[in-house]
Amino acid sequence: MPDENIYAQLSEIFHDVFLRDDIVLTPETTAQDVEGWDSFKMIEIVMAVESRFGIKVKSKELDQLESVGDLIRLIAASRLTLND
Amino acid sequence: MIAAASALAMPWLPAAPDFRGRLRALRDSADATSATWNEARLLANSQGDFTQLSALDQVVRRIFADRQPEGLAADPIRLALLGSSTLTHLQAGIRVGALRRGMWATIYENDYGQYLQELLDPNSGLSQFQPTAVLFAFDARHITAGVHASLGASEVDAELESVCARIADCWDMAHSKFQCAILQQTIMPALPELVGGNEFRLPGSRADFIGRLNMRLRELALERGVDLVAIDRRIAQDGLQVWHDPALWCRAKQEVSFAAAPFYGDLVARLIAARMGRSAKCLVLDLDNTIWGGVIGDDGLDGVALGHGSALGEAFTYVQEYALELARRGVILAVCSKNDEANALEAFDRHPEMLLRREHIASFVANWNDKAANLRAIAEEVNIGLDALVFLDDNPVERGLVRQELPMVAVPEAPDDPALVPGMLSDAGYFEAVAITAEDRQRTQLYQQNREHRTLKASATDLTSYLKGLEMQLYCRPLDQSGLTRAVQLINKTNQFNLTTRRRGEEDVLAFVTDPSCFSLQLRLTDRFGDNGVIAIALGKVQENNDAIIDTWLMSCRVLGRQVEHATLNLIAAEAGRLGAKRLIGEYRPTPKNDMVKDHYEKLGFALISRSVDGVALSAIDLADYRPLPTHIDIMEG
Repeated sequence: MPDENIYAQLSEIFHDVFLRDDIVLTPETTAQDVEGWDSFKMIEIVMAVESRFGIKVKSKELDQLESVGDLIRLIAASRLTLND
Repeated sequence: MIAAASALAMPWLPAAPDFRGRLRALRDSADATSATWNEARLLANSQGDFTQLSALDQVVRRIFADRQPEGLAADPIRLALLGSSTLTHLQAGIRVGALRRGMWATIYENDYGQYLQELLDPNSGLSQFQPTAVLFAFDARHITAGVHASLGASEVDAELESVCARIADCWDMAHSKFQCAILQQTIMPALPELVGGNEFRLPGSRADFIGRLNMRLRELALERGVDLVAIDRRIAQDGLQVWHDPALWCRAKQEVSFAAAPFYGDLVARLIAARMGRSAKCLVLDLDNTIWGGVIGDDGLDGVALGHGSALGEAFTYVQEYALELARRGVILAVCSKNDEANALEAFDRHPEMLLRREHIASFVANWNDKAANLRAIAEEVNIGLDALVFLDDNPVERGLVRQELPMVAVPEAPDDPALVPGMLSDAGYFEAVAITAEDRQRTQLYQQNREHRTLKASATDLTSYLKGLEMQLYCRPLDQSGLTRAVQLINKTNQFNLTTRRRGEEDVLAFVTDPSCFSLQLRLTDRFGDNGVIAIALGKVQENNDAIIDTWLMSCRVLGRQVEHATLNLIAAEAGRLGAKRLIGEYRPTPKNDMVKDHYEKLGFALISRSVDGVALSAIDLADYRPLPTHIDIMEG
């Protein structure tokens, strides 16, 4: 279900946050795979996602965030809710 | 799902075409040259969200390898960011705020929650950092840890005093240690109400406590020359939801939201710049469609929109009103307009609705030359640098030209509606000031005089040695004509340490001086750092039953906690004894403001005799076996 558009926008966020355009995201990408992706950057990513997609990540969801796949699912799910 | 709060914008900054591309070009250039720095400064002066500014900050720091570029006009800033929670996400915004003003900033942040330890430890990272400015940013939960809803009013008042004292101690320690500018972020009103609109009726409300504390911080900051980063005022304007995200707090103990971090950084940077004398000094105004509606050369004196009669006219009046107020507080005004000078001057001299007049304008340039050249002429005439100019012009072409020709001149984006211009100018903080009047300069001197005082207080290990070290002398004498004015002033304005709050005129006070059964005391306190002036007044009367009633006892809160109240009681007891009294009666009359002395007499050893329904309490102490209370104060006559 995750569409290309979400991937493209998420990639752009990662490129901007780390200022590196060679980061290639897959659903399995986690903090281990990207240099400099620490807990601080994680929050920055979440904030950028919230602002880009107009969503608000819940505390419970924050605790369970680990991989890019998690982020994609979160964005897709909240977009569904928004469209309801 | 709730939509996320959008970033707190700085709409006066122009949008940069291709911010992402230019940022990447900057990243790849990697030359630590002044051209690189100027391009970075241009980007910092453009619209950007948190991610962009954070990336810009990364790039600049990498290129200049954490050392400031050579040849900058301003000294580098070394800011210590001290707080009780996570502040790391605020650093980029502050550095970019400095870059926006052409300044290089290095930031030190204390280990989580360890600000006090680092201030005290001479070997701490903070001590080694040697800051040129210290910013205290305490979070609301930390600062209200001692307050909860079941506390009573006096407990909360005591806690407020104690919190104020702790904060002031931090300022004093930092100041005596580093001799540098001290900034205090006001406490974020982040905690929800428990009562509602009348929150103040619950003494132990944390929300209300923060409001009271922020008011006290202003008083303390005024006394001590500390600069406030007044986020509480911003939040009143922008809304808490923009500034604070409770989920982010729970997740990462970050009180200021990412959305507000760039703005926060700008608030800090503009204050530090103001302290360094780098705020703008002159507002340069275009005329047509900037301070009136329409074109004076075409529409004529009667044709321009200004003043009563139309919404647009009122809006331009508002712009002029704001400019005039800025001028009254010391901002220089200038005019830079493409017009025939005669037409432009005629409007100033003859339009009945003009608030701005020729005498308000320090440099009046109306001609057909290009505006960059005219701005140079204005700076020269007023004798200030081009970087001290703010140029307000409704025309985007003129703005673009000036930005290109004179990048050091601040050129805000002008809102389409003139009604929004004053707010924009105020939000942008171009004219941020920390010291405005001669009085302010005096305050700075006062701060320097008090420096030694604070050093002592910070290093004293216990109260006794602190009080001894103060070398206090209390000068006691009856009231007389020469001290009467000051005494009456104190009697009529002292609210907090005032047992009976009886307001009196000079005649009434004189009665205590002339009546042989009465006593009156005026007390002046000196210590090793100077004269505190008259700090206490006591009036009393011995009745026929040999009871001496203390009619009035008030003290300046400045000298609290120094045993002055003990010494004063000793003096009152001596006076009453001299007049033949056997017993001393203390009276407490409650007011909304004197709760702090509710138990004053009991604390000094009096026994409660009665308390009426309206709270008036009488307490007594026997004078026959009165033993003077021990103090570290020498009593002097005169």
